[in-house]
Amino acid sequence: MDRTQLLIGVAVALFSLGLVGVIVRRNVLVMLMCMELMLNGVNLSLVTFAQQTGTTVGAVLVFLVFVVATVEIALAIPIVLLLVRDKRTLDLGAYNDLKG
Amino acid sequence: MLTAIVLLPLLGFVLNGVLATRLGGNLVGKRFVTVVGCGLPLIAFALVVASLVELRAGAYAPLVEVAYRWAQIGTSPFEVAFYFDRLTAVMALVVTGVGSVIHVYSVGYMKDDEGFGRFFAYLNLFLFFMLLLVLGRSLLVLFVGWEGVGLCSYLLIGFWFGDLANARAGKKAFVTNRVGDAGFLLGMFLLHQAFGTLDMDRINAAFGAATLPAVSASLVGLLLFAGASAKSAQIPLHVWLPDAMAGPTPVSALIHAATMVTAGVYLVARMSGIYLHAPEASAVIAVIGVATAFFAATVAVVQTDIKKVLAYSTISQLGLMFLALGVGAYAVAIFHVVTHAFFKACLFLGAGSVIHALGGEQDVRRMGGLARRIPVTFWTFTIATAAIAGIPPLAGFFSKDEILWFAFASTRGGSPVLWAVAAVTALLTAFYMFRLLWLTFLGASRMTPEVEHHVHESPLSMTGVLMLLALLSAVGGFIAVPQFLEAQLPLPALHEELHRFETPLLVVSVAIALVGLAAAAFLYGSGPARSDALRQRFPGLHRWLASKYFIDELYERAVGRPLVWVSDRVFLRFGDRAVLDGTLNGAAAIGRGSGWLLGRVQTGSLHVYVWLVLVGIVGSLLWSWRHV
Repeated sequence: MDRTQLLIGVAVALFSLGLVGVIVRRNVLVMLMCMELMLNGVNLSLVTFAQQTGTTVGAVLVFLVFVVATVEIALAIPIVLLLVRDKRTLDLGAYNDLKG
Repeated sequence: MLTAIVLLPLLGFVLNGVLATRLGGNLVGKRFVTVVGCGLPLIAFALVVASLVELRAGAYAPLVEVAYRWAQIGTSPFEVAFYFDRLTAVMALVVTGVGSVIHVYSVGYMKDDEGFGRFFAYLNLFLFFMLLLVLGRSLLVLFVGWEGVGLCSYLLIGFWFGDLANARAGKKAFVTNRVGDAGFLLGMFLLHQAFGTLDMDRINAAFGAATLPAVSASLVGLLLFAGASAKSAQIPLHVWLPDAMAGPTPVSALIHAATMVTAGVYLVARMSGIYLHAPEASAVIAVIGVATAFFAATVAVVQTDIKKVLAYSTISQLGLMFLALGVGAYAVAIFHVVTHAFFKACLFLGAGSVIHALGGEQDVRRMGGLARRIPVTFWTFTIATAAIAGIPPLAGFFSKDEILWFAFASTRGGSPVLWAVAAVTALLTAFYMFRLLWLTFLGASRMTPEVEHHVHESPLSMTGVLMLLALLSAVGGFIAVPQFLEAQLPLPALHEELHRFETPLLVVSVAIALVGLAAAAFLYGSGPARSDALRQRFPGLHRWLASKYFIDELYERAVGRPLVWVSDRVFLRFGDRAVLDGTLNGAAAIGRGSGWLLGRVQTGSLHVYVWLVLVGIVGSLLWSWRHV
């Protein structure tokens, strides 16, 4: 098993861990962290493929993802703070006010 | 000058309407209203006289005055033009003359009414529209006046609109007139299509030309007559006039006896060029006229409201005028318009004086013995009664006798049958008018002591007008209206072999009036015993007549209720509620239902959404892998 396969395997593992975490956990902060895990998995795969093909496009895209992730967290954490201030819990089950 | 005649009353309407009503804050007093309201019609009357002098100086060539060009459509101009010839002169003199004295009378009659300024504003507005009607050269201008007098009639019938019955009566008059107006409009459309003009003198000339016009004279004649019959209260559109008595009595005298209701007669006489070529339409007019005359006279015999008797009498007299029109004696019809304006205005104003004296009592069963209490009213009323009954040499005798004669002997549809019905009508007229006179003024008093205590003669502004009109009723027959109009409206030829009947018929005519007088004196002269016995002998007939042949009830069943049913079931319940509201409510229900369905997906659980996103991504990946 060469290095590329290993790295892709790690990337898939990170993504899957994140996805499972988002799906099964109910704590908002943990879910946000799991989303970051998924992003990191994607980033890893991008870098790996960039190395393999010897181009820089993938690496550039990684920086874009970093920026997006930073912004996302910068927005998400205040939202979570407001939610917690409202209901004093991090459990997502409490936040179903928009139920149809 | 013609324009000024028309505009003066309008000026009065504007001044009184703005300054003397609640709308303008009652800025001016009753003196101002009186001066403006009576002065301007009197000036208009003077101007009509001046126009007549001018007409005579110009050898009776019609005066034409274009006031304003309204529109030019293609080659046909629509102008507000005034036209003054012999017929116009007669009508305008009656309208402004009788109109002015009724204005003067109203000063006394309405002096305690809080709507004094409004009343005079309406009266002046009416006079404006009536003069527009009479002086207009084009049918269009005439129609504007026609609708305007209808509007004023509506406003004045419902003058005391606080009472719902008055407002209803006004509405009834308005709606009934719309039925006739539909016919009038259709007739106008046909004429404009055929001739490209609505000027009445041109249309008359076109019908007299050698080449036949491209329109059926009878059809146009009948359509115009539909309008005339509504305005002049002929069968079957007569139902509004008796109810119109809800208005103040001067209004009944001015609008519903002397002027507006004769507009239909004027229209037919003015368009006589058409009717000369429309024997069928003329026959219809004659038959409807004589039927109306007879019918209304029979109803008038049993009415107990003094104004209702006069209202049915007016319908009956209008019927006689239409009979004259139907047999081609247009000038005679106008003659009767003139004399009728004198004596019927006098009768109505006399009735107003009686009502005034009795503090609002209108039922003749609670009158009687008034002759000595209000002598001026009594004597003027007696003269007018004798005039309408046709006692020579008073005004009504001449005009009515000429109508009877032409109904008998005219070559344009005269027949002994028409004469016979008209003669019976004349008999009934004499009878019910003297009955009214007896019940009101003679015999023992049937008033309550309280009312009797307050009986008083009316002020000079009212009695003076009564005396003037009584004088005109007495001598009006000597005004040779038919001869004056002959150059414009020639009398029809007579059946030569019938000439020998002329003197006998004259004698019969006088006899009829005297028989009517005698019958009334016999039945009512010695207390109510004989008339009560007669009523008990024929209870069915009395009920039938007293309920006016149940025509109102018939219209209610045949027209009113079906209309209400259709409006309620078809238009309201089906059209409005089921179709229109139903469509909108259905559309809203679809939106709400689909919203509910989609709302089921919004569970509020983020995990479900994530699952759904996952399923979507995997699904689309699989699909694209398969297909791309």
